[in-house]
Amino acid sequence: MDEHERLILFERKVLPHLDAAHNLARWLAGNEPDAQDVAQEACLRAFKFFGSFRGENPRAWLLAIVRNTFFTWLPKNRPFMEPLEIGDEALAVEDTSVNADVLNAQIGSAQAVRRAIAELPVEFREIIVLREMEGFSYKEIADLVEIPIGTVMSRLARARKLLQKQLCKEFKPEGQP
Amino acid sequence: MNCEEALPLVDPYVDDELDAVGKQALEEHLRDCNDCSQAWQNLQSLKKAVRQESMQFPATSELRRRLSVQLRIQSSLQKRSLWEWSWLTTLATGLAAVCLILWLNFILTHPSNQELLAREVASSHIRSLMADHRLDVASTDQHTVKPWFAGKLDFAPPVKDFAAQEFPLIGGRLDYLDNRTVAALVFQRHKHIINLFIWPAGGGDSTPSSDTPIQGYNMVHWTQAGMTFWAISDLNDKELEDFAGLYVR
Repeated sequence: MDEHERLILFERKVLPHLDAAHNLARWLAGNEPDAQDVAQEACLRAFKFFGSFRGENPRAWLLAIVRNTFFTWLPKNRPFMEPLEIGDEALAVEDTSVNADVLNAQIGSAQAVRRAIAELPVEFREIIVLREMEGFSYKEIADLVEIPIGTVMSRLARARKLLQKQLCKEFKPEGQP
Repeated sequence: MNCEEALPLVDPYVDDELDAVGKQALEEHLRDCNDCSQAWQNLQSLKKAVRQESMQFPATSELRRRLSVQLRIQSSLQKRSLWEWSWLTTLATGLAAVCLILWLNFILTHPSNQELLAREVASSHIRSLMADHRLDVASTDQHTVKPWFAGKLDFAPPVKDFAAQEFPLIGGRLDYLDNRTVAALVFQRHKHIINLFIWPAGGGDSTPSSDTPIQGYNMVHWTQAGMTFWAISDLNDKELEDFAGLYVR
């Protein structure tokens, strides 16, 4: 395959998932300029290794590269933002009762939901993005993030508990400062 | 199923990752349990909220444009490096082939000094037989032959006689080899003539070693006490080596 054909094939098979790549990069990096850097670097890297891609799922393949690119990019470019390596046990979330009315009121505000997701630790954030926005199965997430399925399940459950807690905490009834 | 068992199943349930049995058991529990049912509904609302389109950040047109340019640059760079690489390989292979051909040509057409000398020795030997100019001094006495060389050569060749071993000395003459005048001693073995060429040589001693025969003549050469010896004859190689062995001893 010559270079031109390779580029055409890459643009046809992989680039349709640029939106997903950018979305993941945006949620990981937390801001638009960094997200663009990471997404672009990941796509160029993907093109470089496109010859070795044999998989069935180009979107999962590209998103795995976005992830890896982000986690190598981060310490080099934003050393102070490097996520602490916390064990899943340390990330345990205690059960708190959630006020359904408050939750529903908050959920109505896209801004509040976005802020709550953004405040999740990065390990939880990426699972939420992969599961809810990309619709990957537990198995696909396990392969992509390279963690056991059990860890996917526990991280997802904790991430959702944290989200609910965060949303309820943020809620301030009208009329109160 | 109690609440403790049910709650961890709510997440996989809303994600449609429960098997049929688990699903049925959980659904029964949810019908009876308000708390768990509430937890389930909360999760569903949350899921819906996170899944709404306004949570997504699609790629900007700026990113698409930049990426398209970058991909084309990278693509052409890879193409060029591939091209340069193959061009360089071709060039290197070609050069190597030319070197090999020149070297082979040199090896095949340029004999070593040793081979050149062997040819000279063979020519001298043949010439001495053809022109019947074997001897300048005909004598079986080494004490006649050796003094005869004095004044004609700038060195004194060791002259020996092996009549007892049936290699009698029959005389000597001057010859020209390796760009210098050399001593040629003539011995006889039955009807065979042996020419022994002697001249001074640099380097250390070496034991007699046979050379590749030229035109049917066997040759043995060695170095001893600063002299080079080349013996040549139509004698068989074994007897010629015996002769060399006698001379070295």
